[in-house]
Amino acid sequence: MALAGVITLTAAACDHSLDITPKYDVVSSKVYQDFNNYKPILAKLYAGYAVTGQQGPAGRPDITGGDEGASNYLRQYWQAQELTTDEAVIAWNDGNLRDLHEMDWTSSNEFLRALYDRIFYQVALTNEFVRETTDAKLGERGITGANLDAAKEFRAEARFLRALSYWHALDLYGNVPFVTEADKVGFFLPKQTNRAELFSYIESELLAIENELVAARQNEYGRADQAAAWTLLTKLYLNAEVYTGQAKYTEAITYAQKVIDAGFTLEPEYDHLFLADNHTSDEIIFPITFDGLRTTTWGGMTYLVHAPVGGNMVPADYGINGGWAGLRTTKNIVNLFPDISGNTDERANFFTNGQNLEINDVFTFKDGYAIEKFKNITSEGVKGSDGEGNHPDTDYPMFRLADVYLMYAEAVLRGGSGGSVAQAVDYVNELRERAFNGTSGNISQSQMTLPFILEERARELKWEAHRRTDLIRFGRFTSDDYVWPWKGGVMEGRGVESFRILFPIPDTDLTANPTLEQNTGYTR
Amino acid sequence: MSFGLTVAICCLYMTGNANAGNVGGTIAEYKAESSYIAPGKQQGVTLKGKVVNENGEGLPGVTVVLKGTTTGTSTDINGNFSLNVPQTGGTLVLSFIGYTTQEVAIGGQTTFNVALQPDVKALEEIVVVGYGTQKKSDVTGSVTSVSSDDFVQGQVTTPEQLIQGKVAGVAITSNSGAPGSGSTIRIRGGSSLYATNDPLIVIDGVPVDNGSISGSANALSMINPNDIASFNILKDASATAIYGSRASNGVIIITTKKGKAGDKLAVNFSTLHSLSTVPNTIDVLSGDEFRTLVNQYGNSDQKALLRGFNTDWQDQIYRTAYTTDNNISVSGSVKDIPYRVSVGYLNQDGVLKTSNFERTSLGVSLNPSFLDDHLTTNVNFKGSQTSSVFANEGAISAAIIFDPTRPVYTGSTRNGGFFQWEKNGVFNPLAPTNPLSLLMQRNDQGEANRWLGNVQLDYKFHFLPELRANLNLGTDRSDSEGYILTDADHAPNQWKVQTISEYAQEKENNLADFYLNYQKEYTSIQSRVDATAGYSFQEFIAESPEFAFRNNETGEPLGQEPDYIPSYSQHRLKSYFGRLNYTFMDRYILTGTVRYDGSTRFSEDNRWGVFPALAFAWRLGEEAFLQNVNALSDLKLRLGYGITGQQDIGRLFPYLAFYTRADNTAQYQFGDTFYPTFRAQGYDEKIKWEETATFNAGLDFGFANNRVTGTIDYFFKDTKDLLAEITVAAGTNLTNRLATNVGNMETKGLEVALDFVAVSNSKLTWNIGINGTVIDQEITSLSKVDNPEFSGYDVGGITGGTGNFIQKYAVGYAPNTFYVYKQVYDESGKPVEGLYADMNGDGVIGSDDRYLFKKPTADFTLGFNTQVAYGNWDLSMVLRGSFNNYVYNNVYSNLAARQSYSFGDYLNNVSSNVLETEFGNYQYFSDYYIENASFLRMDNISLGYNFGNIIGDKVGLRATANVQNVFTITDYNGLDPELGTGIDYSLYPRPRVFSVGLNVNL
Repeated sequence: MALAGVITLTAAACDHSLDITPKYDVVSSKVYQDFNNYKPILAKLYAGYAVTGQQGPAGRPDITGGDEGASNYLRQYWQAQELTTDEAVIAWNDGNLRDLHEMDWTSSNEFLRALYDRIFYQVALTNEFVRETTDAKLGERGITGANLDAAKEFRAEARFLRALSYWHALDLYGNVPFVTEADKVGFFLPKQTNRAELFSYIESELLAIENELVAARQNEYGRADQAAAWTLLTKLYLNAEVYTGQAKYTEAITYAQKVIDAGFTLEPEYDHLFLADNHTSDEIIFPITFDGLRTTTWGGMTYLVHAPVGGNMVPADYGINGGWAGLRTTKNIVNLFPDISGNTDERANFFTNGQNLEINDVFTFKDGYAIEKFKNITSEGVKGSDGEGNHPDTDYPMFRLADVYLMYAEAVLRGGSGGSVAQAVDYVNELRERAFNGTSGNISQSQMTLPFILEERARELKWEAHRRTDLIRFGRFTSDDYVWPWKGGVMEGRGVESFRILFPIPDTDLTANPTLEQNTGYTR
Repeated sequence: MSFGLTVAICCLYMTGNANAGNVGGTIAEYKAESSYIAPGKQQGVTLKGKVVNENGEGLPGVTVVLKGTTTGTSTDINGNFSLNVPQTGGTLVLSFIGYTTQEVAIGGQTTFNVALQPDVKALEEIVVVGYGTQKKSDVTGSVTSVSSDDFVQGQVTTPEQLIQGKVAGVAITSNSGAPGSGSTIRIRGGSSLYATNDPLIVIDGVPVDNGSISGSANALSMINPNDIASFNILKDASATAIYGSRASNGVIIITTKKGKAGDKLAVNFSTLHSLSTVPNTIDVLSGDEFRTLVNQYGNSDQKALLRGFNTDWQDQIYRTAYTTDNNISVSGSVKDIPYRVSVGYLNQDGVLKTSNFERTSLGVSLNPSFLDDHLTTNVNFKGSQTSSVFANEGAISAAIIFDPTRPVYTGSTRNGGFFQWEKNGVFNPLAPTNPLSLLMQRNDQGEANRWLGNVQLDYKFHFLPELRANLNLGTDRSDSEGYILTDADHAPNQWKVQTISEYAQEKENNLADFYLNYQKEYTSIQSRVDATAGYSFQEFIAESPEFAFRNNETGEPLGQEPDYIPSYSQHRLKSYFGRLNYTFMDRYILTGTVRYDGSTRFSEDNRWGVFPALAFAWRLGEEAFLQNVNALSDLKLRLGYGITGQQDIGRLFPYLAFYTRADNTAQYQFGDTFYPTFRAQGYDEKIKWEETATFNAGLDFGFANNRVTGTIDYFFKDTKDLLAEITVAAGTNLTNRLATNVGNMETKGLEVALDFVAVSNSKLTWNIGINGTVIDQEITSLSKVDNPEFSGYDVGGITGGTGNFIQKYAVGYAPNTFYVYKQVYDESGKPVEGLYADMNGDGVIGSDDRYLFKKPTADFTLGFNTQVAYGNWDLSMVLRGSFNNYVYNNVYSNLAARQSYSFGDYLNNVSSNVLETEFGNYQYFSDYYIENASFLRMDNISLGYNFGNIIGDKVGLRATANVQNVFTITDYNGLDPELGTGIDYSLYPRPRVFSVGLNVNL
């Protein structure tokens, strides 16, 4: 009966055997028991803007359904804000990528879908953290003392990041599904919100966490502080008229002033803002951080450093092993500079050798001037840490002081109270003195008009993912009174339908959630 | 249908052997006559006789052969024969289809009257089904057997190739021509979209892991095909449901060769030597043609890049490759312990330079019986050690685009002497790499050991012999390791030192199953019962340590050092199963099976699934009203319905909420510290089994004493709760797409298999097998809520651009239907560049104008095989056809535009198709590139010569010559029309193989 014995043993050994869990991963019900896990979880909420998954530069992706590198949050946010405007064209004939510049995108555009999916991935991820770190849950888990204080700061940062992504949703897609920490993870059909409601939610969240965040400039590098929330509030208020029909320029001035008063200072050398050691800059309010070895992706800064390099540009000059020969700019941007050499205004950082100003063919790199901005070399000329030259150390300046200066000036010009035109002119001239290496480019109060501000924003902030929002705020995004090469798919440029100030809800989400209604103007 | 025939033949052969021992008992009568001739005389002996059937009537056409020779004849219309033999002594072999072969010792006799008995064994042919065997006559499901006599011959290095083209409804497509590479096996088209479509493979009762093994091209290639005795393929639910949750894609049961009780020592040695050649290469421009084109259309920069060489890059990377395959087996029985031991050695070079596959295998099986045969045991061990050199297949695509006006070598030592595209003295990573340097400056080697063993004990109870208990304990383990060395002077190597990346893996799959089987004949009520009930437990574990990428000279890590946390996977299956087979009057057969399966892939609430099946068979041929139809020798109707499951959805814990840690290359910086992040994983706590309901109706028939046999099966499969990866409503889950139970897919088809014995006499036998399969598959739902506006999910990534897809999963269409623009042609039939039909009629050509057009799978597939034996010669061939399978010619779409050479600083070659289309820009999504890739391929032709017994009758010798991949008839413009994915880019060419072999029996 040895046989029977063996059988019994086998059967017994197998009895509870189907209750296994992953060996090296942590089950969610246990992960929040140990405070040591909190910071790595928080780190993922930030990393969601920088990398595409749990393996760099690609692998174990957060979201799927397309090329992983192209699904990167920052890469697609940048493309949505830049390729749709006069600031950038791209030579790659990838899928429906060309539709962004031609402004005839549809709801099946895979790049707009990737961005939408990234935004809501961030929302879901931050919701999870916010849900798991309520006072009650922290109490249950015995998180006390300094750990409890830290956990509360983490939670406020998670709410900031959620507000940031919801702001992107508000700005780009408008009427989107709305989920908060009150909705549990699963399969359900969230209700659609509208721009006014979403505006109020973001505003209320930022105001609620304003005093829970670490004080301005006091947090660890890379983490959001009060100034990050104030900057986002400034952006929200500056665009409030577009979002809700109600101007909030006074509030914009209030929060811009708070940021300015916090003690950030302009980086003395403009070019240094975009180099491999830009983490040392005191101008950057909120960065997305990258590292050549430890924070790697085929999107993010890897894309922003490689894609503009082509033609006669020497990759080593940018600290990389090769260019991707994609991004250039249009003559509209070049023409903002009377002297394009960079000798007068150093923000005229065009690469013209072998390039044509006119764009006869979008898919030819040599058509359109290239821009030398983001580089993987330090201010001392040293190449970044990646020995292979793929991934830069350069961080992305999501929010920086110069933008806040210009927002302040614009809000003042648009009639907000609490600021002064004289102060605004001073701020703008601070930027111009840096750019001109002296006062030769300074403007007078009378020169500081709204059209000037739009132009100055392009000179100062081109390729920093502000352009689409700016053009919409100035009413120049879709109309035919302001055109650029290949706007509307024709070489000389033409206006497009005004509904294109919002992107369509991707058809994949309309299918997944049939309660959603497509934005006005789009066929489905 | 080829299988049906082959089974019958095999069976005759086997029963012949089995009966050799008791021939005396079956000879009705024999008389000696007086024509004894003294030895030494030349005129020989004339043997005469008559062969009758079981009713004493003369049997015409019976083959009568002197054993071990080609001397033979056949009986005349009255059953009489006359045969001249050199001398008396020896043995006569009498055989006839549908009758048991008899051997008659000649002794001194010259006249013989022999009664042949109907081959009840043929009817009682044993078919291996899940957890046991059944008489073929009792089988109610769709089951096909192929035994070693009918295997594909020649250079077969991996088991599934043994039955390629032989079985209706089973499509076997080799994945590439790389040595040791595997195949995609689809039984009745598969049932899933995102879950696996691979059938379950069971070797000697152990379901094996078909997942890949690191360091080995293909897990199945670890099994030596020479050790395989038979394949039994279970196709419909009534046959497969006993395997429950792993049965939706069919089951392939492989039985290995074993010794037989009482057998004498037998030694078999075989050696096969092959040369593989590249049948054809992709048509790109020569150096001269390319110079002409660029000089005509290129700009000055491009013209300046041209040089004067004429390099055929494809010629540079391919070679004629030699393969040797040697096997020796010893079988017999020692003191009632039957054994078989085999050793095999295969060394296969691939046609792509540097590729090689080497396998040493050992097979041991022991199957002794004890306790008066009440306890039978079966011990099997299959071990193999493989070492592979993986050629860098990037060389294949590099060779078709590399500038033909450039040389292979520069004559300098820079870059190891290879020409490379450089700018300012730095390699240009966007340009293609010199194809030969990709092969020669990289060394990618892997070694893998796998062993598969099981001990099966089968006990027939002493007090109740109808009851058997069967215990099977099995294990399937592998360990492997490998490395990739890249030379310091390989241009793309940015590190400028020799680098090494290493990997290793250990896999383990343990099985314990136990069942009781009760078989009883109730003669009083003309009934037979065969009942089985059992339990099974299986666990799969795989673990791979993490290695640093290192400088091979100093051992220093390069780049970011990893965290050294191994990757680990584990899952378990627990099952209870039962089967009841009830036979009434030997005519009406009912089979019911049920399996209750638990999988660690699902939450406790959904963990268990019930998979039942019911089938009925009616042996019409046994009915009185058909007994007198002489032409009809067998007729059986089968009807079956069952539900099978699918749980192999890739992810191991799709239901579970957990957090996973990032690698060191995806950390995030706070202050000066980098944190390996923790990510909350998306999950579906309600995920459950995918279920496929299959209805099958089949007819088995035989005519003219089973000279013509056949099977027709109609099947209809409906997969419900299809595990599809769908977009989840934005914001609701912790990722954007998740596999969940939505959607439906329907598959219907018809399979026909026919076998003919065209000629069968003493000199000549000629068998023909034909099988055909029609399959129609359609996705009927893909979302929780239907949305007719939704165009479907992108699948089928192509080469060219980033993130470009050419196929869709779309409702109302077959999986992987192409999604393209409708090309507009000019009056001369030339495609007009960039001009497409406005399909939605909105006046603008945009992405909404793409339409769903054709699919990669065939509407109809055909297998044809034939064997002719004449005297000592035999000839066999296998042809395979596939009709209305379409291929996206990605070579054309990515190379047939002048844009190909218009990148800065380097030139890319173009396909000669550019001369026809004259496209300037890429037109990736034009339906011009969707080509009908129907084909008819001769897979195999083999010629053998049997020297018979030589060296004092002791040694059997056979020689063979064989050609594989003989020819392909197709209108497809690319290299090879046979592509599982329907996207043709850089296929490792399937070689044409010429082989000679010798087989020696002792």
